[in-house]
Amino acid sequence: MPEVLRRFGHGSGTIILALVFLWLAGMVLAPNLTMIDYALRPNLPPARIGGPDDVYSLDNILYLFNEPVHRAIFVKTIWASALVAFATFAVCYPLAFWLAQRATRNQTALALLALTIPFWINEVLRTLAWYILLAYRGPLNEALLGLGLIDEPVRWQGNAGVLAGMVYAYILFMLFPIYNAIESLDKAQVEAARDLGAPTWRIHWRVVMPHAKAGIATGCVFTFMLAAGSYVAPALLGAPGSRWFTEIIYNWFFEGGDWNRGAAYALVLLVLCLVVVLAALRLARVSLAEVTK
Amino acid sequence: MHSVELDRVGMAFGATRAVDNVSLTVAGGEFFSILGPSGCGKTTVLRMIAGFLEPTSGTIAIAGRAMKGLGPNQRPTAMIFQSLALFPLMPVWENIAFGLEARGVARAKRRARAEELLELIALKGYGDRLPGELSGGQRQRVAIARALAIEPQVLLLDEPLSALDLKLRQHMRAELRALQKRTGITFIYITHDQSEALAMSDRIAVMNGGAVEQVGTPHDLYDNPATPFIATFVGENNAIAGRVSAIADGIATVDTGAEALRGRAGPGLAVGSAARLYVRPEALAADGAAENGVSARIDRIDFEGAFALAYGTRPNGAPLIASIASTALASAPAVGVAAAFSFRTGHATVLPDA
Repeated sequence: MPEVLRRFGHGSGTIILALVFLWLAGMVLAPNLTMIDYALRPNLPPARIGGPDDVYSLDNILYLFNEPVHRAIFVKTIWASALVAFATFAVCYPLAFWLAQRATRNQTALALLALTIPFWINEVLRTLAWYILLAYRGPLNEALLGLGLIDEPVRWQGNAGVLAGMVYAYILFMLFPIYNAIESLDKAQVEAARDLGAPTWRIHWRVVMPHAKAGIATGCVFTFMLAAGSYVAPALLGAPGSRWFTEIIYNWFFEGGDWNRGAAYALVLLVLCLVVVLAALRLARVSLAEVTK
Repeated sequence: MHSVELDRVGMAFGATRAVDNVSLTVAGGEFFSILGPSGCGKTTVLRMIAGFLEPTSGTIAIAGRAMKGLGPNQRPTAMIFQSLALFPLMPVWENIAFGLEARGVARAKRRARAEELLELIALKGYGDRLPGELSGGQRQRVAIARALAIEPQVLLLDEPLSALDLKLRQHMRAELRALQKRTGITFIYITHDQSEALAMSDRIAVMNGGAVEQVGTPHDLYDNPATPFIATFVGENNAIAGRVSAIADGIATVDTGAEALRGRAGPGLAVGSAARLYVRPEALAADGAAENGVSARIDRIDFEGAFALAYGTRPNGAPLIASIASTALASAPAVGVAAAFSFRTGHATVLPDA
């Protein structure tokens, strides 16, 4: 803070700090506090709000844990988000390694441009493209039928569709941290490992991945959080059997009309995401400061 | 023993020929250096021997076995990189044992072997440190131990001493040399530092512009340079320009316009052609006692410790450098005077201008 004041002087320094404080208070603190407030209060008709029944309790949160269907969807959302993070990692790591260590400057520029262009389009539209691709009578099934790989169309929508849509949507959040991390690896390290007789998998496991650990952890944390909080991909590409926890939250707010229970569900998701993220960072021995760099 | 043979090896990157028609035979157990300025193709040659690059023409054989198609992990070579390329996140002992780990040796055995090697490089007790906690010289030794752990037949060294300061570099030279003699492993050492190559090598190949210009012992290169490039690149040399006026019994006479100077005739000389006579600064005596005399006005004298270098200008404006032993400095000519220098015919070499 003194750094800001010194660099910009007391006048503009104070303004900058005030704006940051306002932003944090208005955009981060206020909505989250409101959500906690809602989550802990019962859903009452307007006339009884503020009355003797309007007291704080954990009922809304406990409701989630006593409701087997919601509980199952919650647990499934968590592990499925982890699966999305892992699948995105599996797709991005080889690409990031190639871009950072093997590709020429022109190849890198071209590949990064090709990867970025789809992100000029709105997320809903990109997901809709997958909706068309994966449709029962869509191009993917037609192609596989044409090649004789399948005898009848496959219903991709559901778990497979959600996974594909999410991996696609979050590829850049995984790719760039890993790419940045691998780019700083001295090429001689890979060559030395190879010269000493290590097969490719061992070079990656012992030399490249440890070096890129912070980048990998960052990418996985980003992807996990985005996947757990995703709404568009499960709503468009999912099936009734592949419901996402965010859809339940949406339903409480806009179909059940119970904002309090919706807020309680959202709060549980937020807390769990935080726990998972901090645990993952502890596991990878990466500090939060490294991730945000 | 494990000889390395390169037969007409070439390497082209697109239209550029980085290495052109290089043929070399490195005898087993030899300390062989490849010396040349940066960009001469010496590192490319080393990387082809290591297997990181496949030559676009010619063949490489190690211990009589053709290396074509074998990757760096399949060749009986180990490389020491310029940056050393130690794995910074692994403790020293795991670095040293990495080659064994890749070969599936059990952990306890790897550790034991690493401890043996740590003792060999006088770093006993350093096994659990990280490379970043060691000094430059210690890291150097760890890199050597890591390469030795896989028991290579040939050790390839890519300017590994260039990052060290002078004192340490001189110490490591002696250490490398002693290690090579003790292990009997063939060393192929890449350097652009001619004094390093002269001090360490059994034989040296000098490369220039992608081709090998001369192969020989350090003495041979220093005393009998085959080309003008080698005469000036290996050690300090005076090049005195003139025209060949006579060649007889292996002695050429060069007419500089002012003097007729004699030196041993190099290859490819013809009477009447332009040539240069090369004479080392230390072969010039600051008196007129020897057969060939040249005069020069002394511009300055740089005191270097064991000797001093006198920088002079000859009457035709060309420079002349003479080395004067410190013990003889008192009787040396003073700055600003025209002094007579002389050298013996056997100490000069005459080579045609390229």
